[in-house]
Amino acid sequence: MSGAVLPAVLGRFEWIDLPFVRAWENPTISEIIGAGAGALVVVGALAVAGLLTITGRWRWLWTEWLTSLDHKKIGIMYVVLAFVMLSRALIEAVLMRMQQAIAIGHPGFLTNDHFAQLFSTHGSIMIFFMAMPFLTGLMNYVVPLQIGARDVAFPWANSIGLALTAAGAGLMMASLVIGQFSTGGWSGYPPYTGLAFSPDVGPDYWIWAVSIGSLGSTIAGINIACTIYKLRCPGMTFMRLPMFCWTSLCTSILMIFAMPPLTVATALLALDRYLGFHFFTNDLGGNVMNFANLFWLFGHPEVYIVILPAFGVYSEVVSTFSTKLLYGYTSLVIATMTIAVLSFTVWVHHFFTMGQSANINAAFGIATMAIGVPTGVKIYDWIWTMFRGEVRFTVPMLYSLAFMTTFVIGGVTGIVLAIPPLDYVFHNTLFLVAHFHNMLIPGTLYGMLAAYNYWFPKAFGFRLDERWGRRAFTCWVVGFYLAFMPLYVLGASGMARRTAEIFEPDFRPWLYVACGGAFILLAALGSLSVQLWVSVRDRDETRVTAGDPWDGRTLEWSTAAPPPEYNFAVLPTVTRRDEFYEGKRDGNPYSPPVRYDRIEVPRGSILGPAIGLAAMSCGFGLVWHMWWLAGLGLTGAAAAIIARSFVRRTDRIISPGEIEAIERRWLTAVHEHRPISRELERTRANHGVAEAMPT
Amino acid sequence: MSRSVHVGLTLGEEGGPHHQQAESDLFGFWVFLMSDALVFALMFATYGAMLVGTAGGPGPRDLFELKPTLIETALLLASSFTWGMASISLKYGDGKPGLLAWMGTTLLLGMCFLFMEANDFATMFAKGAFPARSGFLSAFFGLVPLHGLHVLAGCIWILVMAVQVILIGTDDRTKTNLLRLGLFWHFLDVIWIAVFSVVFLGGLTR
Repeated sequence: MSGAVLPAVLGRFEWIDLPFVRAWENPTISEIIGAGAGALVVVGALAVAGLLTITGRWRWLWTEWLTSLDHKKIGIMYVVLAFVMLSRALIEAVLMRMQQAIAIGHPGFLTNDHFAQLFSTHGSIMIFFMAMPFLTGLMNYVVPLQIGARDVAFPWANSIGLALTAAGAGLMMASLVIGQFSTGGWSGYPPYTGLAFSPDVGPDYWIWAVSIGSLGSTIAGINIACTIYKLRCPGMTFMRLPMFCWTSLCTSILMIFAMPPLTVATALLALDRYLGFHFFTNDLGGNVMNFANLFWLFGHPEVYIVILPAFGVYSEVVSTFSTKLLYGYTSLVIATMTIAVLSFTVWVHHFFTMGQSANINAAFGIATMAIGVPTGVKIYDWIWTMFRGEVRFTVPMLYSLAFMTTFVIGGVTGIVLAIPPLDYVFHNTLFLVAHFHNMLIPGTLYGMLAAYNYWFPKAFGFRLDERWGRRAFTCWVVGFYLAFMPLYVLGASGMARRTAEIFEPDFRPWLYVACGGAFILLAALGSLSVQLWVSVRDRDETRVTAGDPWDGRTLEWSTAAPPPEYNFAVLPTVTRRDEFYEGKRDGNPYSPPVRYDRIEVPRGSILGPAIGLAAMSCGFGLVWHMWWLAGLGLTGAAAAIIARSFVRRTDRIISPGEIEAIERRWLTAVHEHRPISRELERTRANHGVAEAMPT
Repeated sequence: MSRSVHVGLTLGEEGGPHHQQAESDLFGFWVFLMSDALVFALMFATYGAMLVGTAGGPGPRDLFELKPTLIETALLLASSFTWGMASISLKYGDGKPGLLAWMGTTLLLGMCFLFMEANDFATMFAKGAFPARSGFLSAFFGLVPLHGLHVLAGCIWILVMAVQVILIGTDDRTKTNLLRLGLFWHFLDVIWIAVFSVVFLGGLTR
C-alpha cells in the first residue's frame, strides 16, 4: 500500500501515512502506541463533539466562547488549550522516561524514530502550545482587570491571536493522526531538518505549527503591550502598576522583539525545503550557523517570555498571602526590565561549542552570569516580603515557596553551564536537560499553577479544592525532584540527551528513579483533574460571588466573581499602589456610583475563528503539498481581514439599566455576606468579602 | 491624566473619545511596524552574512544594475510624496475626488515599482541567477522580494481603502485605516532606502 493517493487533491498523502495502517502492517509496540495516540485524538475529538451535541451546547460554544471578543473568555480559552496540550506532552515525557529505563543494553519498546518524534513534540508543545498559551491567557485575563480597563487595546486581534495559537496546536495534533512529526527536536536544527536529510512531512509540520503559533504570539504581545501603555485607568501611573502587569509588559515587549527571529528562521527553512533555497544547506553557500543565531535570538528571550509572567504571579501571591506590601517594588521593576534587556545579549551560550572564538564565548558567558544578579534581587525581595508577614500557606503560596528553593538550584547549575570550558563538557548531555527543566518547571509551570489556583475563584466564582490542590502540589514537587535530579548525575557522567538506547548499565538505578519521578508527575496531572472535578462538584460550598476571597490587594479583586462583561461599571481612580487593599482599610470600597453610564463592549466576531481555520488549512495544505488547500487557506485569511475592515458595527452597547441591575445584584451579595478574617479564607465561611483587618 | 495624543489627522473632536481611540489604534500599528522592521533587520543581517556564499555563481557586480534600481527608488519616493498629498487632501480637502486621485496616483506608482522590480528579477533569472543557485542569491531573493511583497500588500490595501472611501466615505474607521496605511507605505520607503543603499549601491561598489 504505497504510492500517492489522488495526488491532485491529497498531495503527497499515502495510506502508509496513517498510523493505523502502519500498525496493521507492522504491529510492533512502537507502532501500536503511535496508532493508539492517533486514535485517542480522533476519539477525543468525537467524544467532545458528541457531548456538545447531546447537551445541545454547540450554539452556546460558538456564540458565548469561540466568537467572543471578551478578553476574559479569550484568556480562559487560552488556558484550556494549555491544559489539553500539557496532558499530551506530559504523557510523551512519561513514555520517554519509560523507554530510557527499559532500553539499557536492549532496544526498548520504541523505535529510534518514534523516540525522536516524542522528544520533538514534547519540547515543541511544552514551549509553544503549553507555556505560551498559558501565560498569554493569564495576561489576557488579568492585565485589563489589574489596570482598571474594560478590555484589551485590540479585542479583535486578540481573538485572531487565540485562533492562530489554536491552529498551530491543531497541526500538532493532526501530526499524530496523519503522517508523522519532525525528529529534529524542538529547535529544528538544519541541515538535519533540511530537505536532504528529512524529506518527509515531519519538519514541515514543525515549521508551520511553530510559524502559525508564533504569529499568534506576536499579535498577543503587541496587544498586551498596547493595553498597558494606553488603557490604564486614571491615576494608574507606571510605578503604581501591579507587579504582574510589569512582568506582562516586559514579556510582551520580548514577544514583539523575539518572535520575528523565529518567524524568519522557520520561514527561511521553509524556503530551503519548498523552493530549494540555500540558506541552511551544507552545499552551495548555505550556512547552518545563520539558523543557530536566528533561532536562539528568539530562543533565549523566549526563556524569559515564559518565566517573567510567573515572576509576576509570585510577586502578587507572596504579597497577598503574606499580607504585606511587596518588598522592594522599585528594585523588582528595575530587575524585570534588566532581565528583559539582558535576555537579548546571551543567545550564543546555546552554542558555545560551535566554533566561535574564546573571546566571544567569554563575553556571552559573562553576560549570562550577569542575568543571575537581577534574578537574585527578585528572590531576596520575595523573601523580604514574607519576612514578618502573616504568611498563609495556601496552594499558590506553596507553589511560590517550592519555586524559590527549586529555582535557585536551577540557577546555580545555569551558572555552571554559563562557563564556556565547563559547557564543553556538559553540552548535549542530560545535565542540560536537567538544568532547563529545573528552570522551566518551577519558573513557569509552578507559576502558572499558582496563578490558576489564585485567580480561578475570580474567573469562575468558586474556589478550587484545597486538599486536591495540595496533593497535586506535592506530586509536582516530589515528582520534579525524582525525575530531574538523577539527570544531573547522568549528565555529569556523560549520558547524552535524546538517547533512545543506553549501553552503560551503571546508569540503570538513576534512570529508574527518573522514571518513577515521571509517574509521580503524571499523578500530579491526574490530581489536577480530580481537583477540578471535585471543585466543580462542590462549587455551591465554595462560592465567592462577592469577588475578594484572599483579602486581595489589586483592582481585579474589587469586582464581582466572575466579573461582568464590562469589568468596571465606572472606571476606577487610583491614588497609590494596592489601591483596593488600602481602600478596604480606609472605608467602604463597595459604594455604588451616583449614576451609571452606558458602556460599549466589543461585539463577537466569527472572523477570528475563521482566520484560525484558514491558517490551519493553509499550514496543512503546505505540509501535504495540497497546493489548492494552502492557496484557499491563505486567500480565506486575507479575505477575512479585508471583510473585517468593512464592518462598522463592531460594538454592542450595554444600557445603564442593565448595568445597574448587574451591579445591584453584586452589591447585594457583598453586603449580605459577613466579612471573614484571613484565617477563615479556606473555609466555607468565605463568600468573597474580606474583613479589613489591620496589617 | 494628561497624555499627548497623536498629532496627525484630527479625527472628530480634538481630544475626544474618537481621538483617544485613534491614538491607541495608531500606537499599536507603530509597534507592529517595529516588529516588522525587525524582520527586515534580520534579513539584512542574513544577507550580509551570506554575501560570501556565491558558491562560484554570479555575484552582485555581475547582476545588479544601477539605472533601474535608481528609477525604482524615485518611483517609491514619489509615491510617498503622493500619499502625503492624499493625507493632506483627507484632512483639508473638500471631497472624495481629490483623495481618490492621490490614492490612485500612489497605487499607480507602487504598481510601476513592482513591474520594474519583477523585470529586474526576470533579467537576473535570464542570467541564470536563481535563488537555488547559491546562498548569496537565496539571501538576495529572501530580502528584496520580501519588500516587494510588502509593496504588493500595500497596493491591495490602497485598493481596499479606495473601495471603502467610495462606499462608506471617510468615517473614523476609514480615516484610522488610511493613517495606518500611510505609516505602512512610508515605512516601506524607509526599508527600500536601506535595500537600495545596502544591497544595490553596496553590491556595486564592493
